[in-house]
Amino acid sequence: MEVKANEIRVEVIKMLVEAETGHPAGALGSADFWTLLYLGGLIKVYPQDPWNEERDRVVLSAGHYCPVLYAVLAEAGFFPKEELSSLRKIDSRLQGHPVARMLPGVENSSGPLGQGISVAVGMALAARMDNKKYRVICFMGDGEQNEGQVWEAYMSAAKYKLSNLTVVIDRNNIQIDGHTEEVMPLEPLGEKLKSFGFEVMEIDGHNMQEIAETMDKAKVYFEKPSAIILRTIPGKNVDFMENDYAWHGRAPGMGETVQALMEIRKVRTLGGRVAND
Amino acid sequence: MRDGYGEAMVEMARNNPRVVVLIADLLESLKLAEFKKEFPKRTIEVGIQEQNMMGMAGGLALSGKIPFVNSFACFSPGRNWEQLRISVCLTKNNVKVIGGHAGFGNGADGANQQSFEDIAITRVLPGMTVLVPADYEQVKKAVWRMAELEGPIYMRMTKPAREVMTTRTTPFEIGKAQVFREGRDVTVFACGAMVYEAMMVAKELAGTVEVEVINIHTIKPLDIEAVVRSARKTGKVVTAEEHSIIGGLGSAVAEALGENFPVPMRRVGMRDTFGESGEPEELMKKYGLTKNEIIKEIKKLINKNE
Repeated sequence: MEVKANEIRVEVIKMLVEAETGHPAGALGSADFWTLLYLGGLIKVYPQDPWNEERDRVVLSAGHYCPVLYAVLAEAGFFPKEELSSLRKIDSRLQGHPVARMLPGVENSSGPLGQGISVAVGMALAARMDNKKYRVICFMGDGEQNEGQVWEAYMSAAKYKLSNLTVVIDRNNIQIDGHTEEVMPLEPLGEKLKSFGFEVMEIDGHNMQEIAETMDKAKVYFEKPSAIILRTIPGKNVDFMENDYAWHGRAPGMGETVQALMEIRKVRTLGGRVAND
Repeated sequence: MRDGYGEAMVEMARNNPRVVVLIADLLESLKLAEFKKEFPKRTIEVGIQEQNMMGMAGGLALSGKIPFVNSFACFSPGRNWEQLRISVCLTKNNVKVIGGHAGFGNGADGANQQSFEDIAITRVLPGMTVLVPADYEQVKKAVWRMAELEGPIYMRMTKPAREVMTTRTTPFEIGKAQVFREGRDVTVFACGAMVYEAMMVAKELAGTVEVEVINIHTIKPLDIEAVVRSARKTGKVVTAEEHSIIGGLGSAVAEALGENFPVPMRRVGMRDTFGESGEPEELMKKYGLTKNEIIKEIKKLINKNE
């Protein structure tokens, strides 16, 4: 699965280079989670029947992460992989920020931060009202937690005891203008979520086993929504992007791309110790 | 008007199990207490969170519900316009937004609780239908039609209307303007409470100026055919609305006539200004949302023609 995650990273880099714009840091940093989510069987999805009523709902609230969502959706078979190169281009279903149902598997429209979590709460509440079994996974950025709407939604999730909702927060410590704790301090984030009525788990977002176990655990909480804080390295596995907020919203140029792909491949082959491709 | 809304919601929801109500701490104000009593599980009280309320409605609609989002117009769609834009309109979501106490509905509360911009900000959103019923019966009918019509709809309700102009049997069809009175000299296109004022104008001027009164209860999609037909007939147009003359009914009619059949026209409404505290009736008078103001504008048009 780690190898798969790096393949997804390669796809993300290729898409962004082709598009010449986009947001690499978050997409690369969360690639391990996304890969496991869609390709590691953590959720119920039906690539051939994407709107199946029984599916789990994955709500991407931080819309700018969409290249990695598109990459795993394509890999899972929701749409042809060839389409990935159309990201951000005219007449494409792969919008720069996702538009609901424009592409199989895209549940909601997002971009303006904080909106997805309210949509996710609405979906989870609807499931409750209709006694449906599906779960709702809402993926958010950490900078996104600045938005007031997010905390409104958290209050509602706790009020309606939405244990079918799991919020996943990519805690990569960066946003456009700098480090999150400098731009608008979030800590103690876990404590805040707890006090808002969530079961909170904080884990290494690059540890596949830990992700899988935690996602499993999130299913069993009683009458409480759950939150998983993924500690990740933004730009993960591309040395010159890692932890540098400058890469939040900038696509790599040609030279940088070659270097980025080489670095990801190096990881994939464990420095040449296992066969490449 | 609001009483009609509360009553119709209960009746309609009995017939449509998909309908749910979201409310932001204004249950009594929107006359939804009865709804909550009959459908406690379908009443979602979000507290004072208009932004989250609109987003949740988006999620509920994506899951097959027909959410009615309720608050004062100044807060919803006033405060949560971006959620309306992205989580509802861009998503082509089947959400119904009810703006209560629009115009001078919250008279004494002052400018910040009054809404004269809501038609403008909803009308501009792609795919949005915008309704301004004229009275109690029309609100009731609008509630039923809204639930039947797929897609995002905004309905504005203004101050409690004492005047009833339509009956249970008066037809009401979204997108179809209604000729309330025929005339050949000038057309007054009005919406909401101003329809009554326009009718009074027609009565008062009868014999000297024959005024055609058309109720534009659907601002979008505008019944362009009816607007042009009447303008062609009378050659002079006045619009009247309890809303800013910028972006509302007056603008919509001016756009339609400008492109199709330009005629001299005047707009009655809030003239690029905020309101203030006072009784709704006093405020309507002070800010020129009255029969007399419409007559003044009609006279300007007629004198210009002579």
